[in-house]
Amino acid sequence: MSKPLTVWDLPREEYLAPGHRMCQGCGAAIAFRHILKATGKDVIITMPTSCGEITSTVYPHTAWRVPWIHVAFENAAAVASGIAAGIEALKRKGFIPKDKDIKVVAIGGDGGTFDIGFQALSGTLERGDNVLYICYDNEAYMNTGIQRSGATPLGAWTTTTPVGKVWRGEWRPKKRKDLIAVAIAHNVPYAATANPAFPVDLYMKVKKALSIKGPKVIHVLSPCVPGWRIEPEKSVEVGKLAVLTGMWINYEYENGTYRVTTPVPKRKPVREYLRLQGRFRHLTDEEIKKIQELVDAEVARINKLVGKEVIGPVEG
Amino acid sequence: MSLPGWKQLPIGAVILTPGSSVEYKTGEWRTLRPEIDQEKCIRCRTCWMYCPEGAIQEVEEPYKTKTGREFKLTYKVDYDYCKGCGICANECPVKAITMVEEVI
Repeated sequence: MSKPLTVWDLPREEYLAPGHRMCQGCGAAIAFRHILKATGKDVIITMPTSCGEITSTVYPHTAWRVPWIHVAFENAAAVASGIAAGIEALKRKGFIPKDKDIKVVAIGGDGGTFDIGFQALSGTLERGDNVLYICYDNEAYMNTGIQRSGATPLGAWTTTTPVGKVWRGEWRPKKRKDLIAVAIAHNVPYAATANPAFPVDLYMKVKKALSIKGPKVIHVLSPCVPGWRIEPEKSVEVGKLAVLTGMWINYEYENGTYRVTTPVPKRKPVREYLRLQGRFRHLTDEEIKKIQELVDAEVARINKLVGKEVIGPVEG
Repeated sequence: MSLPGWKQLPIGAVILTPGSSVEYKTGEWRTLRPEIDQEKCIRCRTCWMYCPEGAIQEVEEPYKTKTGREFKLTYKVDYDYCKGCGICANECPVKAITMVEEVI
């Protein structure tokens, strides 16, 4: 195996210009910066409606220093497929040199991936187009004002899953939709989860995904300051805690093998992650215990897939 | 400011200058201003890595601290774009960044 990357391997070039209108302390902005560092300048980005889309391209400005196209909510993956096919055709006809490596990346939010853009994503994965799909997941429709999505975790407050006597936040009693498992079911060569609190890991995964031909999926957690009800300076801290508590597991799948890229020998109790966020402040001890059980089950599942205990038991 | 008419706009309202958002200075959003103590800073790149704006600049400027440590790099905050979120101050491992109230 090659030497692991360090923070000094991240290039200095910025392809996301400052002056975008993403919130103070936005986790997605950190993720976009490092995704673009990994893709370099020879890339075409497609982006469906999402908070990252409206805030980075407020007319007449754009924060993107690479070719970028805005598409409808449901078809980021389909447009990316079309661009990939177009590049192939132009290469065949000799308009573009055959050895020029132009990458196609679709970046969608969790609403545009889990719910609305799901069939287009499924089609892209199933056809085997040479596209990297990145979902940045802030766990609700934050753009329109915090409505629940297919990615909202159990117990989270949103405006459509309110907290009162009857409703106790998000009600789905099971684990949320598992995007990576869905992608793997389409027989993709590469799928991974990442987290902007670990930018070197995110950079490495995007680089690795782009070196593989075929459809790839990367699922990125994106701490959201207004939607998660956190302080702006805490968004990276919350992202780190998500990994340290086992709420989020950084792993990758490559040709049948799973590998956890951020091993956690001793997990923290999930309460520490929930306590920092206003969207979970209503949870009782019993409800937190239920979330802890869900996390334990997910950790056990990943450990089984990897074949050894990479995420340890809860400490204390 | 005079706005262009529909005939002057490019077809599809395509934006022809990449990265044109630099014209919009988001520094006005700031209520707290990060200040880097160059004496304490160990040049670990953490603030640069975590800044959502890319407002922390890494410049090739040598710096010698009073205790004699020499560095090839210096980190500076671009106050034109820094929104003052405070991630840099929160994540700095040696607490070299302090958030100071912005005074007009």
